[in-house]
Amino acid sequence: MKHATPKATRHVNQNEGLIFEKSSPDKAAWKLAPLDVPEVDTAKLLGASERKDLGHMPEVSEIEIIRHFTRLSTWNYAIDLGMYPLGSCTMKYNPRVNEVVSRLEGLANGHPYQPENISQGALRILQTLSECLIEITGMDAITLQPAAGAHGELTGLLLVRAYHHSKGAPRKKILIPDSAHGTNPATAAMVGYAVENLKSNASGMVDVSALASQMNEEVAALMLTNPNTLGVFEQEIHKIADIMHAKGGLLYMDGANMNALVGKVRPGDFGVDLMHLNLHKTFSTPHGGGGPGSGPVAIKKILEPFLPTPVVIAKPDGTLGFEYNRPQSVGRVRAFYGNFGMFVRALAYTLANGPDGLRQTTEDAVLNANYIRKGLEGVYDLPYSTPTMHEVVFSDKVQAKKGVKTMDIAKRLIDYGFHPYTTAFPLIVPGALMIEPTESESKEEMDLFIEAMKSIAEEVQEDPEMVLGAPHTTRVSRLDEVAAARKPVLRWKPVQ
Amino acid sequence: MRYLPKSPADREAMLKAIGARSIDDLFAPIPAEYRLNRDLKVPRQMAESEIVDWFRERSRETADGYVNFLGAGAYYHYRPVIIDSLISRGEFLTAYTPYQAEISQGTLQSIFEFQTMMCELTGMEVANASMYDGSTAAAEAAMMASRLTGRHSVVIARSVHPEYREVLATYAHHQGMPLSTLPFTDSARLDLNQLEKSITSDTACVLIQSPNFFGTIEDVAAIADIAHKRGALLVVSIAEAISLGIVEPPREGDIVAMEAQSFGVPLGFGGPYCGVIATREQYVRQMPGRLVGQTTDRNGKRGFVLTLATREQHIRREKATSNICTNQALIALMANIFMTIYGKVGLRELAKQNLAKAAYAAQQFGKHAKVLFSGAPRFNEFVVQTSEDPYAINARLLEQKIVGGLPLKKFYPELGNAALWCCTEMTTRGAIDAAVSSVAERERLANSAKEPAVVQEVVR
Repeated sequence: MKHATPKATRHVNQNEGLIFEKSSPDKAAWKLAPLDVPEVDTAKLLGASERKDLGHMPEVSEIEIIRHFTRLSTWNYAIDLGMYPLGSCTMKYNPRVNEVVSRLEGLANGHPYQPENISQGALRILQTLSECLIEITGMDAITLQPAAGAHGELTGLLLVRAYHHSKGAPRKKILIPDSAHGTNPATAAMVGYAVENLKSNASGMVDVSALASQMNEEVAALMLTNPNTLGVFEQEIHKIADIMHAKGGLLYMDGANMNALVGKVRPGDFGVDLMHLNLHKTFSTPHGGGGPGSGPVAIKKILEPFLPTPVVIAKPDGTLGFEYNRPQSVGRVRAFYGNFGMFVRALAYTLANGPDGLRQTTEDAVLNANYIRKGLEGVYDLPYSTPTMHEVVFSDKVQAKKGVKTMDIAKRLIDYGFHPYTTAFPLIVPGALMIEPTESESKEEMDLFIEAMKSIAEEVQEDPEMVLGAPHTTRVSRLDEVAAARKPVLRWKPVQ
Repeated sequence: MRYLPKSPADREAMLKAIGARSIDDLFAPIPAEYRLNRDLKVPRQMAESEIVDWFRERSRETADGYVNFLGAGAYYHYRPVIIDSLISRGEFLTAYTPYQAEISQGTLQSIFEFQTMMCELTGMEVANASMYDGSTAAAEAAMMASRLTGRHSVVIARSVHPEYREVLATYAHHQGMPLSTLPFTDSARLDLNQLEKSITSDTACVLIQSPNFFGTIEDVAAIADIAHKRGALLVVSIAEAISLGIVEPPREGDIVAMEAQSFGVPLGFGGPYCGVIATREQYVRQMPGRLVGQTTDRNGKRGFVLTLATREQHIRREKATSNICTNQALIALMANIFMTIYGKVGLRELAKQNLAKAAYAAQQFGKHAKVLFSGAPRFNEFVVQTSEDPYAINARLLEQKIVGGLPLKKFYPELGNAALWCCTEMTTRGAIDAAVSSVAERERLANSAKEPAVVQEVVR
C-alpha cells in the first residue's frame, strides 16, 4: 500500500468449507425432550405422504456450527467494523438496545392471532410508532404493513390507483426522474402503470418546465426521491407539487433519503401526498446482510380510505384493536401486520433520540457528507456543483483516463479498510462514486476515508495496474461474475 | 446524543473546513418557508434504562407467559440459543446486501448453503435467497407462473391461508390476472372434479397449500397431473416448514412458495418472517429475488457472488421479474442455522413429535367434540367443531393462561363453531388435557341438555 494508514492491517483468517463438507452420519447438534404423548405410527398416519429421507441435509455438532458461522462472519465487512459509505443505503449505527427490547418475551413470542385483549402492548407499539412517523413526515395517516421500501412503493402506488379510480379513472402513467432507484419503475410496472422518464436539468434536479409539459390527465403520480440520488434537495419542490396537483396528479416521495430531512423539514409540509420510509435506513434497524427491512407508507387524508387492512384503532372502551371492515381498502399487501420486530427497533431508536437527537442526527449526516465533498473536491470530478445534503456523488472522469473505473477505485478502498461507496449509480452520472457517510462517522474515521481516497487517486496516476488488480488483501480476489451467470451453480451437490 | 460520535469542537472544525458559518448554511437549499422551526412532537430523549422499562411494560401487556394452540401460518417452535448468538454477530447483523463479494463471503456462503438446504427439503432444483414472507412469495410465484406460461389466470384453492389469498388478490388485481377459487371436500382436500373443470387454456397455475390451512396434506401428485395435462403449472405454498421433515415434499410441483418462519424465527407478532421461492432449474430466469452462485476468483479459489442480476430491478428497471430489493437475509440466516442444527435426522424427529402431539390432541378432542376432515392425512393442525362458540371456549381458557385454537368463523363461516388447533413439540400433554377438559365439560352439558339456550348462555 502506497500510503500506510492506521485503519487496517492483515490478520489470520480461518478457512472454512461448506457445512455439507463437514457432515458425517450420526453427529448431532440437537436433543428433543422426551415425548409425553404416545408414539405414532407415521406410515399409518401419513401413508404415501410420508417422507423417508431428507437427502443431503447436514449432520454436525454444536461446536462445529458455532465455529462454522463465526468463521464465515469474519469474512464480512460490517458497520460495526468501520465506515460503510454506501450512497442511498444509509448504513448507520444499529443500536444494541433495539435488539434487546425486540427479544423481550411477550414481544418476541406474541402470536399474530392471539386475542386483542392480551396484545395491548404490541398494539400500543404499533400506535406509538405510527404517531411518531406521522409527526416526522408531516402526514395524516400511515400503514406499517409493507415489508421493505419497494413493498412500500407498491403499496403507495396501489393507493394512488385506488384514489384515481374513485375519481373516475385510474389514469395510465407514472412519471419517474432519470435519477431514480430501479425499484420505482419496477414497482410502477407491477401496478399496471406505464413509466415515463423525466429528464434532470443541469443542476441535477427535476426540470420543472419539462415536468409542466409532460404532466397531463393521463399521469397518476410523480415518484420523486427528495433529496434525490445526487444528494440534492429539489429546491423547486413547491412548483413541482403545484404542477402535479393542478392536473389532479399526486406527488409520491420515495423516502430512501429521509435521513437528510428528519427534524428539519417535513414532506407533508412541502406538498407530498404520500411517501414510504425505510426503517432499515433512517430508523436504524439492521440491514442484516440484505434484510429484513420495513417500508411504512405515510399519507395525506385524501388517501386514508384506501389503506391496506387491518388498521389499528382505539375502541370505544379505550383499548386498541384492529379494524378490518374498510370497503375502499386496496386490500392486504402482506399476511399479518408487517415486520413487527422492526417496528420495535425503530421506536426504540426514536425514543433514544427524542426531538433534539433526531435533529442533531440529521445535521450531523449532512455535515459529514459536506465534509467529505470538501475533502475530495478537486481530487475526483464533481459532476454537479449543486449543494449537497446527506450524500455526495463524484465521477471517475479523471481516473478513467488511466483506464481505472469507479468499481476499481471501490475495490482498492477495501484494502484501506473501508467498505466501498455505491458504484455506477445514479445512472445520470457516468462512472458514479456515490458516498453517504451517515451521522455515525466520527471526524477521525472520515479523515482516514478522505486520506484513503486521495491516496488511491495518486495510485491511479502512478500505478493503475495495481489498482485494477485490487483488492489485494482479501480472502478472495475479484470473482468471476460472468462465469457465475453463464453456468449458474446455485447449490452444493455431493461429488459423484 | 449518545449514538453520535462528534464533540462540539469537531463540528466547529468541520464547518470551518467546509467554509460554512453555521449548520444552517448547509440546509439553505431547503426553501425557508418549509423549514421546521420547532421541535418534533415525539417523546423526549430517553435513557437506555427507560427504553428497556417502557418495552418491558409493553411486553407484559402482550401475552407474556401464555401457552398457545395457535398456528395458522405462524408457529411456536423451540429456537436453539445459538441462533441468536450467531446472528447477533455484528458482521452478520450490520452488513449490507453482499454486492461487494470480496468482503461479503460470509453472507454469500451462508446464503449458498441456505439455497442448497431449501432445495433438499422442497425437492426443487433452485431456491432463492428469500422473499418477504409466505404470503408475498405465493403472490410472486403466481406472477412468475404467468410469465412462464404466457397465460394470465390463477386457480387457487380455498384451503390456502385466507390472508395469503387476500395478498394474491391485491397483487393480481392490477396485473390483469383473474382468480378463481376452488372448494375443498369433506376431507379438506382440494376438490379434484372441480379442479378439472376450472382449468382453462388461460390458466397459468393452480395454487395450493400443503399442508393446507386446515393442516391437511394435499394429494400433490394428482393435482399436478391434472394441472400439467392442461398446460398449467402447479404452485405449492408451504406455511409450516417443519412438515418437510416428515411429509413428502411437493416434487411434482413446479414452484414452491414457502414460509420458513418455523425454522427458528420468533413468532414476533407476525414478522419479520422469511419467504422462499424454489423451482426447477429451467425456470430460474423468471424467478424473483436474489440468488447466490458459486464461482472462482483470479487465483482459481472457490468463492460466491450474487448472480443472474439481469432479472432484477436495479438492472432491468420496469422489465424486472419483480420490484423486490431488500429481502429477509438475517431471517434466512436464522432459518439456515436452524436447519443446520436439526439436519438430516433431527428435522425428521422434530416433525415426528409435532405429528404425535397433534394426533394425541385430535384424538382427545375427538372424544368430546367433532374433529373435522379426518379422511386425509394431516400434520400438526386440525379443526375441532363444538356446540359451544369457540370464542366462549377461548375466553374461559384465557383465564388458565391458555390461548385456544383459532375460531374459523371469520374466514369460513360455513364451518360454524369450528376452530383450528395447532400442536408443536412445545405443546405439553398437560396443556392439551387442560384444554380438552375445558371443552369437554361444556360439550357434555350441551349434549345432555339438548337445549341450545344452555350453549348460548355461556357465550361471552
